[in-house]
Amino acid sequence: MTLTASAKPISPSRPPAVRRAWQKFSPYAYIAPFFTLFAAFGLFPLIYTAFVSLYRVELQTPGDMEWRGLDNYTALLSDDFFWTSLRNTFTIGVISTVPQLVMALGLAHLLNYKLRGRTFLRTAMLLPYATSVAAATLVFAQLFGRDFGLINYVLGLVGIDPVDWQTGTVASQIAVSTIVIWRWTGYNALIYLAGMQSIPGELYEAAEMDGASKWRQFFHVTLPGLRPTIVFTVIVSTIGATQLFGEPLLFEGSVSGGISHQYQTLGLYMYEQGWGFFHLGRAAAIAWVMFLLILVLVGVNTLIARRRIRKEAGR
Amino acid sequence: MPIARAAKRRAVNLGAVVLAGALLAACGGSSDSSDSADGKVTITVDLFGSFGYKEAGLYEEYEKLNPGVTIKQTDTEDEADYWKSLQTRLAGGGGLADVQGIEVGRIASVTQQQADKFEDLKKYGAEELKNEFADAKWSAATGKNGEVLGLGTDVGPEAMCYRTDLFKKAGLPTDREELAQKWSTWDGYVELGKQYLKKAPKKSAWIDSVGSLYSIMIGQEKERYYNASGDLIWETNPALKTAWDTSVEAAESGLSAKLDQWSPQWNQAFAAGSFATIPCPAWMLGYIKGQAGDAGKGTWDIAKLPGGAGNWGGSYLAVPKAAKNKEAAYKLIKWLTAPEQQAKLFEKQGNFPSATGAIDKVADAKDPYFNDAPIGQIFGDAAKAAPVQVLGIHDQNVAQQITNALSEVERKGTDPDKAWSNAKKGVENTIG
Repeated sequence: MTLTASAKPISPSRPPAVRRAWQKFSPYAYIAPFFTLFAAFGLFPLIYTAFVSLYRVELQTPGDMEWRGLDNYTALLSDDFFWTSLRNTFTIGVISTVPQLVMALGLAHLLNYKLRGRTFLRTAMLLPYATSVAAATLVFAQLFGRDFGLINYVLGLVGIDPVDWQTGTVASQIAVSTIVIWRWTGYNALIYLAGMQSIPGELYEAAEMDGASKWRQFFHVTLPGLRPTIVFTVIVSTIGATQLFGEPLLFEGSVSGGISHQYQTLGLYMYEQGWGFFHLGRAAAIAWVMFLLILVLVGVNTLIARRRIRKEAGR
Repeated sequence: MPIARAAKRRAVNLGAVVLAGALLAACGGSSDSSDSADGKVTITVDLFGSFGYKEAGLYEEYEKLNPGVTIKQTDTEDEADYWKSLQTRLAGGGGLADVQGIEVGRIASVTQQQADKFEDLKKYGAEELKNEFADAKWSAATGKNGEVLGLGTDVGPEAMCYRTDLFKKAGLPTDREELAQKWSTWDGYVELGKQYLKKAPKKSAWIDSVGSLYSIMIGQEKERYYNASGDLIWETNPALKTAWDTSVEAAESGLSAKLDQWSPQWNQAFAAGSFATIPCPAWMLGYIKGQAGDAGKGTWDIAKLPGGAGNWGGSYLAVPKAAKNKEAAYKLIKWLTAPEQQAKLFEKQGNFPSATGAIDKVADAKDPYFNDAPIGQIFGDAAKAAPVQVLGIHDQNVAQQITNALSEVERKGTDPDKAWSNAKKGVENTIG
């Protein structure tokens, strides 16, 4: 409002009605570029995907669309491959996210001490995150090789028989999760570190005066202080785990996620339907199911977090 | 060309696709008319696996013969990736090269579903070439209304490659005639494998994978996944079941090195001597040379395939409707698939010609890498005797599901009946 007053003498020629209209709508004009782009590359694909998911569409004959209603969705319910990939997404998600966040917490705690070369260490943590998925996965695929892989060689030195990291369900999922853990631990550690540094130092001093050990300080000062940060990383990791795609695709270069679909994630199954078999309608249905699934998961996450906060407040 | 080639270097593939797009954008300004005006034209060629044209110096030769022509090739190693990217570009109508390679397992899909997306080469007078090609090769690329949708490059007559040094160590004969007799049937081949295992060097199996055993056996059949009227018959096809059963027996007798074909481990195993025999379509020769390297020279030999002649793979060159320089592209593929060039390619790279004139030209060819095996004669005989295969639109995908199921038996010890039902489910999921 103060702006209006000062602007008045500068543009005396402009009629007040136009000026008022401009004031009212200019914010929209300023944010228009983002929303135009979002509409074109975010919203439209989302809605068009929903539209396509109601049809039978094949990539090779995109002109012939055959109305299927919700059949693409109901077919998923009785589709073993869909349930397998859903289960895999969940198990790989757990195997990769839990150790990743725990390790990130520990690393952040260590980095929070006054160490020599702290900046170097912090930067080094971020290196895996800056590496491309493709490059990292191809290297890991070599390491996990059955006959000539480094990991099996090391296992052999301590007398363990070679593991077929590609074929076994558990083994292959651990291998894929390892790549995810390697890439994302440093990133999460830095976020935790930032959170830790915003915890006031007096709290630690007070705890120390009360005779709390380092461990107790960690559990009773650091962790509660980090709660919002932890909620954030859990949500982001959950979304990431639900969309996991590059690592399982490139691990063996198989769109089926191994010979028995043993590490095929939802994202990969969508890709197989769409770009392996060219069933675009079915792929679109899977995409929407994934979208809804993420909404539900994030909703549950938020609910739990909120309930905890309320509990704390009530205590 | 084989369906899937070598390590799945997706990053490289992706780069190739991007590059193809960039190249096309670069020459997007020139149209047919302006090309002929100053006689300068850049022909883009997009292929998969290794057609070997560049390696054999054929592009260079063509550019010398036709001043003003520049050929730019992009190449995707794995055919499955190549096909995906080609289909995406066909659907969008942009980013297509002037010449696109098509694998024989996909050609039915082109003639039956996408005849409108590729040029009918009759327009440029391709009809006159008909007698130069084997009938089967020609008719497979002919559309419903008689359109000529591609010109044949190579075919994949089958033989068996084996390691003479490993055979010697296990006390087996190494003479190719003698072996051909011993393994005149697939049962004989499996028996010999069991004999090999008894005295084989450590960590050495009889065959690379049961997937390749199955693939080479099914290549000997006329009907595989579809019958002539286009019905899916694989489930009840007795020939397919025989190939399946033999592969299962090989897996359960421990004959296989349990390698996944085209994986990096498989590549490494050539030099490491992890297997003593490998089913060998003609294009595999170049692959073996590449993977086993100079150290492998003289340790390999080639014998006639057990159980008769067959064909595995082969390709076509086609010109998409959306190509920029169609006329020039046709001239190039006509030259590349002419008998002289096909013969040269076989001698240098091992891709066996589909032009009948070229087959006679290479009849006496021998390969020093393979102990001077008479490759012209071995593959020539196989090409003549191989059945004319019935092709279907989902051949590649069905085959993939079956070899996946066989790998389960081979690598996880899955019950064969369970694996068979897995294959069935997989095929339904693929086609449905």
